[in-house]
Amino acid sequence: MFKLLDGPQTLGRGRTFWSCFLAVLAAALIYPVFADSYDVGNFSYFLIWVFMALGLCLMWGYGGMLSFGQTFFFGISGYAYGVLAINMGGGTATIAALVLSVIIAMIAAGILGYFMIWGGISGIFFGIVTLSATLVLAFFLGQTAGPEWHIGTARLNGFNGMKGMDPLTIGDFYIEGSALYYVMVALIVIVYIALRMLVNSRIGNVIVATRENPQRAEMLGYDVRKYQLLTFVIGSGLAGLSGALYTSWGQFITPSSIGLPAAAMPIVWVAFSGRSDLTATLVGSFLLLFGFQTITVYSQQAALVLMGTLLLATVMLAPQGFVLGVGKLVVDRWTRRRRGDANSAVAETGRLQSDEA
Amino acid sequence: MTLVDVKGVTKRFGGLTAVSDVDLTVNAGEVHCLIGPNGAGKSTLFKLIVGLYPPTKGSIFFDSIDITEERPFARVQRGMSIKMQAPSVFKELPVRQNIQIALQARFSGAERDVEEERLLTLLDLASESGKLAGALSHGQQQWLEIGMALALQPQLLLLDEPTAGMSPEETFKTGELIKSFNAEGMTVLVVEHDMAFVRQIAQRVTVLHLGKIFARGSLETIIQDEKVAEIYLGKTHAH
Repeated sequence: MFKLLDGPQTLGRGRTFWSCFLAVLAAALIYPVFADSYDVGNFSYFLIWVFMALGLCLMWGYGGMLSFGQTFFFGISGYAYGVLAINMGGGTATIAALVLSVIIAMIAAGILGYFMIWGGISGIFFGIVTLSATLVLAFFLGQTAGPEWHIGTARLNGFNGMKGMDPLTIGDFYIEGSALYYVMVALIVIVYIALRMLVNSRIGNVIVATRENPQRAEMLGYDVRKYQLLTFVIGSGLAGLSGALYTSWGQFITPSSIGLPAAAMPIVWVAFSGRSDLTATLVGSFLLLFGFQTITVYSQQAALVLMGTLLLATVMLAPQGFVLGVGKLVVDRWTRRRRGDANSAVAETGRLQSDEA
Repeated sequence: MTLVDVKGVTKRFGGLTAVSDVDLTVNAGEVHCLIGPNGAGKSTLFKLIVGLYPPTKGSIFFDSIDITEERPFARVQRGMSIKMQAPSVFKELPVRQNIQIALQARFSGAERDVEEERLLTLLDLASESGKLAGALSHGQQQWLEIGMALALQPQLLLLDEPTAGMSPEETFKTGELIKSFNAEGMTVLVVEHDMAFVRQIAQRVTVLHLGKIFARGSLETIIQDEKVAEIYLGKTHAH
């Protein structure tokens, strides 16, 4: 099973990579000890979005499906969490609300994905349909300000935002601050490891084969539609996880989290990071979110312009992604250096042997 | 025993009838070549058999089962294996992974590893296994794709111009490879232009012309048929 962690579909393998991984994880675990609660809360906020980025990486980078619908599923799950948490009365039921809201997002992905994939929609049209679904949802939720728009006791509230739901809670303990941060770190590790194993498995082989040449994959006996649907449901489910965690974190959600600017963000994160690798997406998305948030404090417009500029720069200069490019460069250098060391060791042995002779 | 039975198949594209009321049988264990001049409808008939096109009229049976409505993957699961005209390997993936993706449909564990090495050696691609498939020469890509088709250990191997772009040596080697798999009991249906290659491998030949069956029979019969020579081979090649 562990063999799947180091496979052909993921950059970084072997003892060096996993030592670095553990070092970063250890640093992440001790971070709250040294940081103040505001910074820990901010870090939790950045981590929320990483699931959505990883989901898009799986769909776009590995499966070849560019979905503009990540915030569609983010919104469905975010609102579902709010509605369920309010109607179920908060408390430990919020955990069930979180799980159910992700399942609801996955069911929605299953339905939308089925009609798109079985209907033969692919390429740019896949992006257009998912973007349309996103905009329809954002537009619909935007006009729900009136009191008639409620589900049970939960009011949707239009652009004023839905509020009043509890954060994640176990008994009387609210999962906030450092506790929420640790939950996020644990979830990211689980999701990252699970996705690595998925893409390096036999299923992952077929997913990338489908991206490369769907007709050839079908000619090998694979029903590519099922693999595409599976990829779409998992990727969208991860966007749903981000949505539910976001609502739980801020106890608030509005249609602006779903609309066009929000929908474009995951594309920028994943394109900049390197869509064809999970690790590059994980690292790059976190860095971008951190940068975006830091600049937003001073000027939201400047942050948006920067994101647009980064997307343009990626398309023009590094279509495979900046973080992935740097990662590959480091791996190449490291490999060459090790080969160089090995060659000089062989040469040294040869020299010693000839000296002895 | 008939393995493939094409009954009265017609394919129209708008006003153009590419294949018209074609009957074709491929017997189990034979190497059957489908030949004809450009525009004869060979590739269209091939795509109808593999399921890439639905027929306008008629039925296709495989091993006595009606597969007319089935998608290509379902036909492959029944025992067909296909190599299309243009090399369609997974160009951005390493050669070894291409073979693995094909093999994992039938094999797992140590058995798959053994088969993987056997195929790479058979295809002369062992030393290239780490390269991206797109970096191989055209001929090597053709070989890789044939290897991927063979990895499925099919009852029926369907090859559309398998030697296009190959050197004469590679073409001959491909012919010998096909003959060796046929000797083990594999049925092969080949669409081909290269008559030297057809002479090397064919046991039965069907000639298509203007979307219809023009002639069929053993290789010798077809070569000696003057009408076939007129429409396709050129009289100088007939004897």
